[in-house]
This record gives sequence, structure tokens and C-alpha cells, in this order.
Amino acid sequence: MSEITDLGVAALRDGVRAGTFSAREVADAFIVKVSKAKALNAFIVETPEHALAAATAADEALAKGEALKPLAGVPIGMKDLFATKGVQTTAASHMLEGFKPVYESTVSQKLWDAGAGMLGKLNLDQFAMGSSNETSYFGNVISPWRRGGGDNAPLAPGGSSGGSSAAIAARLVPGATGTDTGGSIRQPAAFTGISGIKPTYGRCSRWGVVAFASSLDQAGPMARDVKDCAILLENMAGFDAKDSTSLNLPVPKWEELLSGDLKGKKIGIPKEYRLDGTPEEILALWDQGIAWVKDAGAEVVEVSLPHTKYALPTYYIIAPAEASSNLARYDGVRYGLRELADGQNLQDMYAATRAAGFGPEVQRRILIGTYVLSAGFYDAYFTQASKVRTLIAQDFENAFTVCDLLLTPTAPSAAFALGEKSADPLAMYLNDVFTVPASLAGLPAMSVPAGLDSAGLPLGLQIIGKPLDEQGVLGAGLAIEQRAGFTARPEQWW
Amino acid sequence: MSVDTATVKKVASLARIAISDADAERLAPELNNILGWIEQLGEVDTSSVEPMTAVIPNKLRLREDVVTEGNQRDAVLQNAPQGEHGFFTVPKVVE
Repeated sequence: MSEITDLGVAALRDGVRAGTFSAREVADAFIVKVSKAKALNAFIVETPEHALAAATAADEALAKGEALKPLAGVPIGMKDLFATKGVQTTAASHMLEGFKPVYESTVSQKLWDAGAGMLGKLNLDQFAMGSSNETSYFGNVISPWRRGGGDNAPLAPGGSSGGSSAAIAARLVPGATGTDTGGSIRQPAAFTGISGIKPTYGRCSRWGVVAFASSLDQAGPMARDVKDCAILLENMAGFDAKDSTSLNLPVPKWEELLSGDLKGKKIGIPKEYRLDGTPEEILALWDQGIAWVKDAGAEVVEVSLPHTKYALPTYYIIAPAEASSNLARYDGVRYGLRELADGQNLQDMYAATRAAGFGPEVQRRILIGTYVLSAGFYDAYFTQASKVRTLIAQDFENAFTVCDLLLTPTAPSAAFALGEKSADPLAMYLNDVFTVPASLAGLPAMSVPAGLDSAGLPLGLQIIGKPLDEQGVLGAGLAIEQRAGFTARPEQWW
Repeated sequence: MSVDTATVKKVASLARIAISDADAERLAPELNNILGWIEQLGEVDTSSVEPMTAVIPNKLRLREDVVTEGNQRDAVLQNAPQGEHGFFTVPKVVE
């Protein structure tokens, strides 16, 4: 029999329900895995007691013959961007080191209400700003993957949800939460050979999620397959009066209605995504993906998204602008770090606190955001970016008049080595070229593992859907998953 | 538009982030590089385009103007770096 920790969310849930193993056995097995994987630095805080309490509740309910909750017996990882009551929540920053919220985020509360347990708080890029998990105050997350041929260079697990992706790929957790502002679920999923979906903007409540760029931030699940993502998403999504942009819509039965049959579906291939300089292997995998969705019954059409090249510069105005505004709350007064030397006044305290509490990338983005919002530049930068954002969203609307879904690569490369791009912020930003446009348009999008490159590293394909069509996105993801037969996993070295 | 070290210092002051002269020297070319790249947006004709305000059409809801979660002073103050007598405290701002 394979190890319990090799099982995914659905298999664990069903196994506990059937009595194949107890929830306690499941929790114990993952807790051991987590405790032995310090070398990956995927966790900022481990919470075995939380996972054990949920497991005990599940086993007791089963013994009493009570109906089990949807995620009873399933322990998960929680990205450390979600406020968890009484458990340190840092956004991987020095600013919030030691911060223990007195409240629980809506998304995490929903997961606990569904019976899930928490194995720990997962590392991430500081305030979710980064694409490689190299901006965390608590150190880099190391991908469990390594290039073949004896190359042991530590690789990036992607970012910002790099603790989530590394922990899932290394079988430390069967699933985890992520958040996605410009690709922070999808790119790390692609880099580590797992699945992840960013739902339509407004599906998951942002309440209690440390804010980065509020018009873009969306929570979503990451797991090893599409069905597990559907199960987790069902237990994360839903209306929340505490989030003013929460969509007041019922949560669909994504798991029950999941189907990889694409007959009658039209899948668009955006020609502008065929960028110069994209590695041949990625283009070949994209072609393979096209063949797979055709095999699943879909008709494939070429579409045009003419403003694609403007998506990244638009994003790098809007996201830092919103960040500079959101992060104004860290003032050393109400919570978090305070730096105050003898004789300093209030203004000195603000400036010293923010200099000490924010890492270099966070400071860089706050400065860019402050600059583009400052008097005299607001219209040229922020208003212009908001208008181009309208055009980018219209591109998608136009494309969706002739197709139902879009298929693209998730990232322009496989995982890069730590340090390879961190010296050049712009080179790092360009890694999000395929994920940012859907974020700007608020569309559901997911990455599924589709193959390995010549160095043996995972590559992902991205499916983008119409607003609220998570079902279509998951279905196409499943069709690719069924045909890709992706079973590769990192060899354990940690 | 090129950002010099004086501009970097002014922006940092607006953002309430203390930076040294060396930081400003380092940041100026970095920010110029990023802003230079962003400026390509200027070439898009947006004369007849409305700026996006809501990515998914959604109406802001209003709620009754009543207290929903009051009387939580201690919880609110719990993570304060410094508090006294049920208040947040900061360095003296008036003599």
C-alpha cells in the first residue's frame, strides 16, 4: 500500500469516511512529514495541535455515526497571508512578526467549518509580492524539485504562494490555500507540477486576507489534481457580507459536475501569447495541450487579445498603487512592529517603522505606487493604466464571443534557480506575462501540470474561462490532466 | 520623465519610509528602469475608453447604519505595540 501522505484530498476524505484509516492516522502521517522537511522552509509556523484537534473531531463524529463534514479528516496548509485567530500571521514580513490576529479570515473559517485541520502557516513572498519566494523575511522556500544530471542548485518554488506549492509537491500537505494577485497561485503550481485555480474575482472573500492589491487579490486552492482543487474551492468560496466585492451567488457543485468531456466546447488559442523568446519546449507543450483538448472533443480556434503586451506594465502600475495605499496601515501604532528611538517624533516613528518592517521589494513597490499616484502623475500613470485595463478586459470579452475557454502556457519558463532573477526586478516581473492578463480581467484561471522539460522540471498549461465559469475551467483542466498522465514527483532529498 | 535622488527622497517621504542617501542612489536607477518600461502605456489610444472601476460588475451594498460589532476595545488593542488606559499611545505630538 502506498503511503497515506501520497493520497490527495478526495482519497483522504473518502478513506476516512470508509474507515480505511482514521483521521488521526492521516494527521499523524502528515505532521511527521512536515516536521522532517525543515530544509524546504515551506512553513513559517507549524500547528500540529490544530490538525490533531480536527482529526479527533472527525474520528469522534465517525464513531458516533454522525454525518461527516465535507473535509473531515483532511489536513491542509494555510498560506500565511490568511489571518488565523491566535496563530501568528505575518505575510512573511518583519512588520507583522509576532502578530496574532484576534479574528479568523472568512476563507480559513469556512475550511475549518468544513472539518479541515491546519498543519501550519505556509511561507510566501513578503506581502505576496514576488514570483520566486525570495522576498520572505523568514527565508527562501526551496523547491523540492531539482534539475536532473546531478545539478543540485536550489530552485524557486514560484511565488508568491511558494510555501504552498513546495509543501504540496513534497507531499507535506495534500492541499493548501493560495492567493493570486498576478499569478501567485498558477505560476508556483506550474513550477512544482501541481494544480491550482484562481476563481473569478469575488468568489472567495478577501476578509481577513492581508491586502496587497484589492482589485486583483483572489484566494484559491492548490492541490495535486483538478478534482482536489474543485473540492477545496467549494469549501472556500461563497458570499461574505464583510467583503464589499464579494459576489452574492450560490457556490456551484464543482466536484459533482466535474467532467473532462469537452464536446461542444470551443477553445481559443491567443496568438499574442506566442512570444518571441519563449522556449521551444514550452511551445511544444502548448501544441500538445491543443492536441489533448481536441482529443477531448473541443474545437480549437485562434483568437486575438491585441492588448496583451500592455498587461504587465498596466499591472505594475495598478498593483503597486493599490499596495501603497493598502500598506499605509502599517504605522507602528495599532499592531505590528514599532521602531522609535529616544527623542523621535511621530513622523520619525512612522518612517523608521516602515523602513525596518518592509523588505526591499515591498519598499520598491510602495515607492512606485506612491509615485504613480502622486500629484501631477496620477492621470498619466494610474488613470491611463485603468483605461488600458478596460481594453484588456474587452479583449477577453471579444474573444469569448467566439470561444468558451482559452488555453495558454502558465509561465514562460520552468522553475529558475534561486538568485537567478532576483538581481533584476524587471526580469522577475516578466515571469508573470501569461498570468497577469486574466488577473486584470478578474477571470477564473487555472494551471495544471502537463509535462517535464529536458532538465526534468515540471511545466504547466493554463486555462482561462469566462467570468463565473470555474466549471468550464476545471473541466478543461481535467481533460488535460487525464491525457497528460503527469505522475512525476520530486525525489526526496530533504 | 527621469527620477533623480531628490525625487526618490520626496516619494519616500510621502510614503513615510526612512531611506538613506545610499538607498536613494541605489533606488533611482531601479525605479527609472521600471518606470521607463511602464511608460510604453502612453502609446495606447484611450481617448474614448472609461477607466475600469469594477473588474466584475457588482453593486456596492449598503447596510443599516447600526453597530454590528461593538464593545471590543481589548481585542482591538491586543496587538498594539504600546497602549495605556485603553488607548493606543504614540510619541507626544503637541507640547
